[in-house]
Amino acid sequence: MIFSKKLLAILALLPGFVFANEGTVQLDRAPERSDIASLQNGAKLFVNHCLNCHSASSMRYNRLRDLGLTEDQIKNNLLFSGEKVGDMMTVALRPADAKSWFGAVPPDLTVIARAKSSGAGSGADYLYTYLRTFYKDDARPTGWNNLVVPNVAMPHVLWDLQGVRTIKMVEEADPHEKGKTMHRFDGFEQVTPGTMTPQQFDEQVADLVAYMSWMAEPTRDLRKRLGAIVLLFLALFAFLAWRLNESYWKDVK
Amino acid sequence: MGAFKETKLPTDAPAADKALAWVDDRFPLTKLWNDQWGKYYAPKNFNIWYLFGSLAMLVLVLQIVTGIFLTMHYKPDATLAFGSVEYIMKEVPWGWLVRYMHSTGASAFFIVVYLHMTRGLIYGSYRKPRELIWLFGFAIFLCLMAEAFFGYLLPWGQMSYWGAQVIVNLFGAIPVIGNDLSLWIRGDYVVSDATLNRFFAFHVIAIPLVLLGLVAAHLIALHEVGSSNPDGIEVKDNLGPDGHGIDAIPSHPYYTTKDLFGVSVFLLIYSAIVFFAPEMGGYFLEYNNFLPADSLKTPSHIAPTWYFTPFYSVLRATTSDFMWVVMAGLAAYVVFIWLRSRLSQKTKIAITVLAVVLEIGMLPQVLDAKFWGVVLFGSAVVILALLPWIDHSPVRSIRYRPGWHKAVYGVFFVAFLVLGYLGTQLPTAAFTLLAQACTLLYFSFFLLMPWWSTWGRFKPVPDRVTFTPH
Repeated sequence: MIFSKKLLAILALLPGFVFANEGTVQLDRAPERSDIASLQNGAKLFVNHCLNCHSASSMRYNRLRDLGLTEDQIKNNLLFSGEKVGDMMTVALRPADAKSWFGAVPPDLTVIARAKSSGAGSGADYLYTYLRTFYKDDARPTGWNNLVVPNVAMPHVLWDLQGVRTIKMVEEADPHEKGKTMHRFDGFEQVTPGTMTPQQFDEQVADLVAYMSWMAEPTRDLRKRLGAIVLLFLALFAFLAWRLNESYWKDVK
Repeated sequence: MGAFKETKLPTDAPAADKALAWVDDRFPLTKLWNDQWGKYYAPKNFNIWYLFGSLAMLVLVLQIVTGIFLTMHYKPDATLAFGSVEYIMKEVPWGWLVRYMHSTGASAFFIVVYLHMTRGLIYGSYRKPRELIWLFGFAIFLCLMAEAFFGYLLPWGQMSYWGAQVIVNLFGAIPVIGNDLSLWIRGDYVVSDATLNRFFAFHVIAIPLVLLGLVAAHLIALHEVGSSNPDGIEVKDNLGPDGHGIDAIPSHPYYTTKDLFGVSVFLLIYSAIVFFAPEMGGYFLEYNNFLPADSLKTPSHIAPTWYFTPFYSVLRATTSDFMWVVMAGLAAYVVFIWLRSRLSQKTKIAITVLAVVLEIGMLPQVLDAKFWGVVLFGSAVVILALLPWIDHSPVRSIRYRPGWHKAVYGVFFVAFLVLGYLGTQLPTAAFTLLAQACTLLYFSFFLLMPWWSTWGRFKPVPDRVTFTPH
């Protein structure tokens, strides 16, 4: 079985095989967002911009009631093509079509914010940076490229908000190899303005990312609140168990 | 067997007493309770290390109970498995809690069991007459590893999938039958629905069944010979007028309350993780496992869960260069046995013949390093079973061993932890070298134990246990 040998060779022998298909961009910290209004705004952005191609197939529309929306609000503002409010956030795009149009099937986004955590930053940091570092690149089939995921298959969906930007590269000496030069990222250049200022755009992406983090684990806040009560109870229990134990062990000489 | 005799209680005896008497006439309920716990006399000088046995029992129960509830909603089907876990997390009432308890419980199980084994190691709990307790425990450890391995495939995430792929492929390194064997284990050419279904069967019924049987055997053997203690002396050597050891106390109520206190502290730590850090920084729930399994996308870094990494490091450390070191080490070991061992001539010749066969096998022209990596990986686990027979120290407990023995144990534990850390990291040249050094230390600790455990000046062992009243 050549495949298994290859796999083992990769695992055992090849050092430095780090994140081969990911850029080595420093991730920006996603701003904290815990207020309901931001999460609601994020949900709206998510449904309007992401759900056309991506699914969130483990997420029900009416779970958004946890974000303070009523069923009617969800029905009137977030359902467009005859879905029921109790439906999952699936997508009509067929995988085979996606493959031929984009070259890749858009991943399901339900838990993407948890999956993209790494040593470099949280999943939210990753998404926040990724969504804000698209740039125009005519060499790509979609016309778009990305700093976090070089040669990404996804086009810049939020381009009308951010506007069109190109990338500036500077050539400098390669510190790892003498006599060679390398290209280093040196900022973006705005070509046409978007409908938002860069600050507004960052705010919107922060809301979107906050929603995606919430969706990845809607019970997170409940988990922490409950955890505090459980720990308090257990601390009391531990104290009583300790006193009980001491009172019995007094007899052991 | 005498004739059946009904216990007669006065008519005004409490109903509970009558019911118990009725049962005891037909089933040894009271006797079982007294033999196994109620009147089981244990040394009074147990310290914190002696909590981990009952904690392991608690985690076992937690895993079984949470596992049963997970099984009610989980779908062992390659197309549905990943989604069903998210269904448990999002839609099943309290599903998220049950799932986090189960995933945290898996890691907690290994922490508790590793500590329990460490206790056995430092206090010589495995020494005669407790060899079988150790062997049953060793078998439990093997079952636990199998249980964790099979269970880890079930969420059907990327790490589940590729971890299983890598481990099953290890069997492919066995000459002649290897490829057919791994094909047979998977039931397919790659890890697939067939693999998921059989791993599910192993995880939910086959292994737990064996595990429960072994736990029963472990406890019956323990309660037959009695517990050891941190001083490594027999409390049964000093009997009181009641026929029990002077330094022994009934488990109930003394160890019931002590274990209850231990349980409460354990649950505090466990709950802190379940409620505040269920992913534990990617060690208890790996981030990559939130992506569904994809047979076409190999992750750039496949690492087993943390509890397997010490052994996984041994596997990775076995490169073709390192095989020369292993060969030299083996040759030196045989020479050492001839010079310093009191084994019979026949045994020595048998060992030499075996070593020569191994040396030939280790030549790069014969079997490649990958195969020997798998052999060392397995040996690193199996060698633990030999402890009762390779520890020749005149005292059981580390308390009465020469001071430098503590350093030997220290080096061993550090080597084990370093191997564990390295197993989670990508291999670099320096890391591989470090893993190789730790692998040598790990095996030397066991292989040279028959000698070093007898060397040095041992302290006198007391007649009575060391105990300060509360």
